[in-house]
Amino acid sequence: MKILTGNDLKTGAVVWWDGSGWSLHVEEAADAGEHADVILATETAACRVNGGYIIDGMRDGDGKVRPAHIKDRIRALGPTVRPDLTLKPADPAAGSWVI
Amino acid sequence: MYRYDHYDQAMVDARVAEFRDQTRRRIEGHMNDDQFKPLRLKNGLYLQLHAYMLRVAIPYGTLDSRQMRKLAHIARTYDRGYGHFTTRQNIQYNWIKLEEAPDILAELATVEMHAIQTSGESIRNISADQYAGAAADEIMDPRPWAEMLRQMTTFHPEFSYLPRKFKIAVIAAAEDRAALRWHDFALRIVRNPAGEQGFEVFAGGGMGRTPFIAYRIREFLPAAQIFSYLQAVLRVWNLHARRDNIHKQRMKILVHDLGEAEFTRQVEEQFAQFLMLKTDFPQAEYDRIAAYFTPPPFESGLADEVDRADPDFALWVDRQTVAHKAPGYAIVNISLKPIGGIPGDISAEQMELVADLAERYSFDELRASHAQNLVLPHVRKQDLYAVWQALDAAGLGGVNLDLVTDIIACPGLDYCSLANARSIPLAQKIAERFADLDRQLEVGEVKIKISGCINACGHHHAGHIGILGVDRKGTENYQLLLGGSGAEDTSQAKIAGPGFDENGVVDAVERAIERYRAIRSDGERFIDTFRRVGFEPFKEAIYG
Repeated sequence: MKILTGNDLKTGAVVWWDGSGWSLHVEEAADAGEHADVILATETAACRVNGGYIIDGMRDGDGKVRPAHIKDRIRALGPTVRPDLTLKPADPAAGSWVI
Repeated sequence: MYRYDHYDQAMVDARVAEFRDQTRRRIEGHMNDDQFKPLRLKNGLYLQLHAYMLRVAIPYGTLDSRQMRKLAHIARTYDRGYGHFTTRQNIQYNWIKLEEAPDILAELATVEMHAIQTSGESIRNISADQYAGAAADEIMDPRPWAEMLRQMTTFHPEFSYLPRKFKIAVIAAAEDRAALRWHDFALRIVRNPAGEQGFEVFAGGGMGRTPFIAYRIREFLPAAQIFSYLQAVLRVWNLHARRDNIHKQRMKILVHDLGEAEFTRQVEEQFAQFLMLKTDFPQAEYDRIAAYFTPPPFESGLADEVDRADPDFALWVDRQTVAHKAPGYAIVNISLKPIGGIPGDISAEQMELVADLAERYSFDELRASHAQNLVLPHVRKQDLYAVWQALDAAGLGGVNLDLVTDIIACPGLDYCSLANARSIPLAQKIAERFADLDRQLEVGEVKIKISGCINACGHHHAGHIGILGVDRKGTENYQLLLGGSGAEDTSQAKIAGPGFDENGVVDAVERAIERYRAIRSDGERFIDTFRRVGFEPFKEAIYG
């Protein structure tokens, strides 16, 4: 699957295209498929995403969307060395799929 | 330390206003990212893995308590409560919001700080010996010259669009604590037989994808001619640089392509022309700036002895303090490398504590080192116990200067968009493996340096043991290098053999160190033994 990611212009937060807008949560990422280029161009031109790009994604055993590459898996949750600063600081197992 | 005059303040304030307007236009959609990116980079604002990152310049690593408290305030107010000291004596914040970046720059400007030229194709923050002005072995304080060069080169039109970044270092001691020959342009202040002050000049060094150790291109340059000489070097580079190939744009490539003799010949030719233009500064200007670096009023008659009754304190004194030029004083190194911690990271509360200590015990001065530690440069020996107690209570009492756990590590793939592999977890695992202080002390000086990609921000080329993280088919892999040095015995580390996974490289480091312990001669450091015996005994230990 092809998923779109980038950063929020004002905050810099990592965001994922969810089919109608941009979400902070990779689990909500939509498969952009063959429309990925067009969606990204449109969203970039409208300044709704900053530094956007297309990556390969996959679904894990629970059916959740995960980026294929380690760099984007780290982006999806936060630094592996500071679990307190990730999107799910209260869940020690939240990063089990990242590395 | 240097204080802004009216012109400095006006320039920095104007830059803040300009960037505020540029940011507004970007947020309102009047600029796209391609247009905005070079503007934000000129103000030290990167887009990293998780957010914007702001790199703040700390000229030649010198800070006062007011500035450190402002850095703490920024960490707490605009970031997530911490900052990260870098291998260029700068500080980085990892969680910056674009819409707040102009406010941060405005806050920095109130304490005479900025983020200008901490990115982009410019002359970057000029680094210096972190013991400048305090070291017993220096011939003078090198910071007036670093400040002169900073003023001459900041906003200089010929240096604003260089082929690539350009890094300068200045020291004034035989011992090199600033990785001099790994810089594009480096100066060691010396005196000639007549007693005149001048510079030993090095050019063409650098790490990154293509590492080179700088050549010495001048044995003695009269001090007053430094700006002509620097302009000549930059002119030669500007004339010939490979602007068509990003991997060949650094000056080190040109210097080594032309060769030491031809590069030097061309520099000397340009230098002769610049001398005729009389662009060097007048002595009065040097005197004006040097006056800011007048030594603090050291007390005389202080005792040199330290009460060593507390054994933990005695250990700390032996490892973390260094000889000071003034009797009764010591230089204090504050470790930012707690076992299991993140090299170079410091919380806002710790920054404030260090600021308080600097104000109370160190003539209001602080330094950041390129090894990602902090320094209190002027502490009375009779105050060391109080300083140690305060540091220790704040988690800053670590004893590991230049030991195996004093690891330089770049932010790596945990933060950096350029990285291929994580650096910090490796540093943590190696430190945990060698956590026992007795073992560290028994091993002695070993400098481990870790980079998460070939850009080498973690100085792996200069590590006694260097580690380079690479991406191997989507997984992290680590190359082990041996034999580097960033000190006066500069050398370039070489790859030992096939790479490892994360746990494998930690084991390999331990095997290399244990082999060293087994074969070292009396008084030999790790690097000394390596140079004596070569790769083979270590390869045998590492790979079996």
